[in-house]
Amino acid sequence: MSETPDVPRAPEGEPPVVTPVRVVIALCLIAPFVAMLWVGSYAKVDPTFIGIPFFYWYQMLWVLISTALTMTAFTLWNREQRARKAARQAQNGGASA
Amino acid sequence: MKDGVNGVALAVFIFFFLAVTVMGFLASRWRRADGEQTLDEWGLGGRSFGTWVTWFLLGGDLYTAYTFVAVPAAIYAAGAAGFFAVPYTILVYPLIFTFLPRLWSVSHKHGYVTTSDFVRGRFGSKGLSLAVAVTGILATMPYIALQLVGIQAVLDVMGVGGGEDTNWFVKDLPLLIAFGVLAAYTYSSGLRAPALIAFVKDTLIYIVIAVAIIYIPIKLGGFDEIFAKAGEAYNQTNPATGAPRGSLVPGEAGQWTYATLALGSALALFMYPHSITATLSSRSREVIRRNTTILPLYSLMLGLLALLGFMAIAAGIKVENGQLAIPQLFETMFPDWFAGVAFAAIGIGALVPAAIMSIAAANLFTRNIYKDFIKPDATPAQETKVSKLVSLLVKVGALVFVLTMDKTVAINFQLLGGIWILQTFPALVGGLFTRWFHRWALLAGWAVGMLYGTLAAYGVASPSQKHFGGSSKEIPGIGEIGYIGLTAFVLNVVVTVVLTFVLKAVNAPDGVDETSAEDYTADAGDKGVQVDLPPATAGTAGH
Repeated sequence: MSETPDVPRAPEGEPPVVTPVRVVIALCLIAPFVAMLWVGSYAKVDPTFIGIPFFYWYQMLWVLISTALTMTAFTLWNREQRARKAARQAQNGGASA
Repeated sequence: MKDGVNGVALAVFIFFFLAVTVMGFLASRWRRADGEQTLDEWGLGGRSFGTWVTWFLLGGDLYTAYTFVAVPAAIYAAGAAGFFAVPYTILVYPLIFTFLPRLWSVSHKHGYVTTSDFVRGRFGSKGLSLAVAVTGILATMPYIALQLVGIQAVLDVMGVGGGEDTNWFVKDLPLLIAFGVLAAYTYSSGLRAPALIAFVKDTLIYIVIAVAIIYIPIKLGGFDEIFAKAGEAYNQTNPATGAPRGSLVPGEAGQWTYATLALGSALALFMYPHSITATLSSRSREVIRRNTTILPLYSLMLGLLALLGFMAIAAGIKVENGQLAIPQLFETMFPDWFAGVAFAAIGIGALVPAAIMSIAAANLFTRNIYKDFIKPDATPAQETKVSKLVSLLVKVGALVFVLTMDKTVAINFQLLGGIWILQTFPALVGGLFTRWFHRWALLAGWAVGMLYGTLAAYGVASPSQKHFGGSSKEIPGIGEIGYIGLTAFVLNVVVTVVLTFVLKAVNAPDGVDETSAEDYTADAGDKGVQVDLPPATAGTAGH
């Protein structure tokens, strides 16, 4: 694996546990909880969408939003794991990399 | 309800039923490793399923026939409150994204088949593992029974066996046949049967929903008209309670209930044995994570399906038993042959989860009761044999349950099951991330949660029932009405944390942890993790 990771490199020792990328991942995963558990923010009829009250279409819209967020988290996480693996290999005398 | 039997619908229904029966038996040859008699093969499909099979299997498993009948039925009965199933399934996926891959890894590394296997390995406590296993079995049994209730609803509407005046044997014969067949192919094919049948089930469901959500609103004059009529209906006073029947959006008072139900149910879903069985049957860690990004398609479908509850009101469907509202809507609105397709979708939708649930309960019994307590030196072949037999027993038990007791008993127990299963969360998910909790504290927390949940649910009255009338109650200390399961869960966690401090202070002995930190991130192909893939030449996927 010779790809250059686009996250900041941590050449010495273990990379930090909390990184900006991981904060973004956490936010992606937490956002649906905030949105869905705050029922007061969407418990209303108007505006309707093709006759469907706001309460219903808004939550169904969140199915799509949360899917997009989880996908983002998934992609970022995979990229980060690959980068860390590459960094580890490079450290352990990366001739084989 | 139409009198007599709906012949065309019934013929279509029987056609699909026969088709999946054949598939169920053929499934034993699908992607099989060379005739191995192990629990991994029978109970987890050889741990070989890729992204799409897992998607169908999990979707077929989690979104059951009962869901399809009950969610719109709840909307039909009371409006907005029933829609909590949508935020609930939205929250499930970001949640499992965090812990399920860890469970997959550690289970693969140590050959765990059930959640209790993991808990025993992590905390070195057979007692705690037994508590988790018993909770799992108790929570699953009524869930299987409810799948039967789903099939019964469909059979009733088709005019088969529904009449009160027919004798019990004729009345229940269709159900007996359906379950006999299900039991036979689960016995012979194990998890491969529902995995294969799930393809048919989900395809049918998606087609039915797509058609229903376009066709029915056109016939009823659009969503404006549907929601206007539903709103009127909810405003009418219910003579039993003296309050309006329901509402289009939850009022102030209902918002806590709505949110706690969504959160509590989301936390509970992947504690159920059948969810975990479907998860562990997947090939790699990656398959699980990728599935968290494609499973929400089912949530979208569930949301659309829930809207059918409003359509049932607008279409003037009047049923005493709310469970019949949606099957009745299909029969009224669709041509007979398509109603048959819709009924087949619900009927097969009951078979898939019922099969997986019985396998999951059987695995729990075999691994965590039979092997741990009765016969520790059981061989893999013996384990498989016991599991197969128990899967039969579990189904017979569910059948007896449904046939001899009132339907409300199954629903009550299902409600309790949800509260109970949530109490295994600290041991399982807590254990996946930390070993800090003490095994005895976890056991005590579990016991407190179970006790509080059961007592609180017992004390809920509804117009039709004195006990177990609902799943929400005033949260002590907050005063709002919330989901009992979640309150019990919070109590459980508090007790666990406090007792862990106490037990650590008095140096209570810790159990032996057989897992190590790397086990939780191991992936297929890593050293020591078996890749259980059958050879590429064996078992071509027939479908």
